[in-house]
Amino acid sequence: MASEASAKQFAEAGADLSLVSVTKRFPGFTAIDDLTLEIPAGSFFALLGPSGCGKTTTLRLVAGLEEPTEGQILIGGKDVTATKAYQRPVNTVFQSYALFPHMSILENVMFGLKRRKIADAEQLARDALALVELAHVATRKPSQLSGGQQQRVALARAVVNRPALLLLDEPLGALDLKLRRQMQLELKDIQSEVGLTFLHVTHDQEEAMTMADTVAVMNQGRIEQMGAPEDLYESPQTAFVATFLGQSNLFGGDVTGSTASVVTVKASGYELRVPADRAVAHRGVVTVGIRPEKVTLHQAKPSTGADETVVGPGRVVDASFSGVSTQYLVDVPRLGEITVFAQNTSLGEHAKHGDEVYLSWKVAHAFGLADAPPQEERFQADTNTASVAVQEREKLEAELEES
Amino acid sequence: MAFGAFQSAAPAGTGAPVTQVQKKSPVALWLLLPGILYLILFFVTPLFSLVLTSFQSPVPGGFLGEFQTAFRWENYVDVVSTYFSHIGRSFVYATLATIFALLLGYPIAYVIGVKLRAYPLLQALALVLLIAPFFISFLLRTLAWKQIFSDEGFVVGALKTLQLIPSDAYLTGTPFSVVFGLTYMFLPFMALPIYTTLERLDLRYVEAGGDLYANPFTVFRTVTFPLSIPGVISGTLLTFIPATGDYINASRDFLGSTDTAMMGNVIEANFLVLQNFPAAAALSLILMMSILILVSAYVRRSGTDDLL
Repeated sequence: MASEASAKQFAEAGADLSLVSVTKRFPGFTAIDDLTLEIPAGSFFALLGPSGCGKTTTLRLVAGLEEPTEGQILIGGKDVTATKAYQRPVNTVFQSYALFPHMSILENVMFGLKRRKIADAEQLARDALALVELAHVATRKPSQLSGGQQQRVALARAVVNRPALLLLDEPLGALDLKLRRQMQLELKDIQSEVGLTFLHVTHDQEEAMTMADTVAVMNQGRIEQMGAPEDLYESPQTAFVATFLGQSNLFGGDVTGSTASVVTVKASGYELRVPADRAVAHRGVVTVGIRPEKVTLHQAKPSTGADETVVGPGRVVDASFSGVSTQYLVDVPRLGEITVFAQNTSLGEHAKHGDEVYLSWKVAHAFGLADAPPQEERFQADTNTASVAVQEREKLEAELEES
Repeated sequence: MAFGAFQSAAPAGTGAPVTQVQKKSPVALWLLLPGILYLILFFVTPLFSLVLTSFQSPVPGGFLGEFQTAFRWENYVDVVSTYFSHIGRSFVYATLATIFALLLGYPIAYVIGVKLRAYPLLQALALVLLIAPFFISFLLRTLAWKQIFSDEGFVVGALKTLQLIPSDAYLTGTPFSVVFGLTYMFLPFMALPIYTTLERLDLRYVEAGGDLYANPFTVFRTVTFPLSIPGVISGTLLTFIPATGDYINASRDFLGSTDTAMMGNVIEANFLVLQNFPAAAALSLILMMSILILVSAYVRRSGTDDLL
């Protein structure tokens, strides 16, 4: 079998991963809905989304731990949809680590190499352990290691196989901040050194943005938007992306005028302008968004420039100082509450709770979205009987474990 | 699950301390007292009496079954030389029954504990079916097998018709039927402890094995089976120990014949028929000691300390 042959040797370089209209349905719900995704070889790709958005299922489909209901999965141009996990040139760093409890750390790391009958497995495994700074625990059992150490072993166990595609399922969750940064750097090093393709699944937007070349934001089984971290942040295309990736102030309204360069939206009496190339829609109802750090706070009404939007007066209802910056919540009549991040670049007077202020931002910084901000809670109560039963079962199991 | 009880059999078998009194408290001692008294009265005393009996010598000119206290260690030499073949047979039959019970019981336990996990109702039903035979007296069940294997029975008839065995062949009273009976009788004792370990097996390890290029067979060999060894050890002990001393299956009244008599049958005969109490006591002690030695060697070799 061709795919098995390729699993027998080290990958010389990362491989492309393509998902072609993949759908995965579980009894009672659809986890992934017609997902098409292209990850070029050698890239560091992050799938970002809230829990339950289908990102882990996507990863398991690629690893071969789940079978897609429909669609195809191609690794390096080869269709692997019908192959089993052990036949794919893919390794996973599991969220639960899944280190074999009956084997020593070294045996754990050697496991994949031995299965592929690679010469000098022990030396390679020791090198991999040295890479994650755990050479001294080679003879111990996983249960004798801390959570962070186990996570690094799980990483070494996957990386040592030099897979064409490395899948990371929230791999840095259990690490403290310092170790997390260190591991992020190490991961980037390994990736650039070996040129592997990384598929990283996480709900941590900061981790996704700092590490990945390309981030795909996933919601309810679909990819909402995909692109370089800066593009996603500066020009979100949907209200979900605008609010999940960082914070956004969103105002809905009707388009009253549209020129080649500017779209004007009338929202609650204010004329809000958006550059035409930063607006997803140019007619009908458009949501105008602005990032909190792009908004400037004024104690008095500023002189309006042509390239600026001014709203106000509003009242400061909350000011929380966090050292580098201060976060203000300003209640502007009719428009609602607007969040402002102000850098603490000067000493002295700052706006206080109850102050009357004006807000302004550059027209060029605003963005226009076609959909309204999500009205409902992000995590809706799921009341179908199957999921209620599952929850009950989990609750009972937790109780049993406690007793 | 109630079968968790079997789990605790493993550490007890390894000789690990069952009770660890952290602080010396008179309350704990008082609570232990009834148990200790019970053990002294009904275990230590009879054992002591058994040891004494095993060294007794016949009263000169006395009646059958009349013995006096002595230190006649030749009793042991006598019984070993007389019943050497029975002793050997006991261990061979028990070993065979243990192996067959493991080969049959492991897949059963695996299906119930792993494959049926997603179907709790089927899993419960399968467990009930596994234990169902216990609701019928084992004497009746063994007699039923005697009927099934009898010369006029269906099995022998069918085998003869198919000419798989010669027309004068029979199954009752053969080593086959005895080992079969032992395997059948102890199968649940093998399957249940293995089931309890497999039921708790974290399938994420199995997935990780598959992710690391191990095919399903290799995953079983390197991950699933090693993780289920505690259950396998409890199961083999719960099968091997009682099977060695079993005297029902091998008895002439059930599946055996004089050619298949095991130690249990010899002990029974010496105690109840021949009334040679010292010989019976010596045999009992030999049986006990050899099982102890074999089992402790087995447990040490299988390295359970690492797993438990």
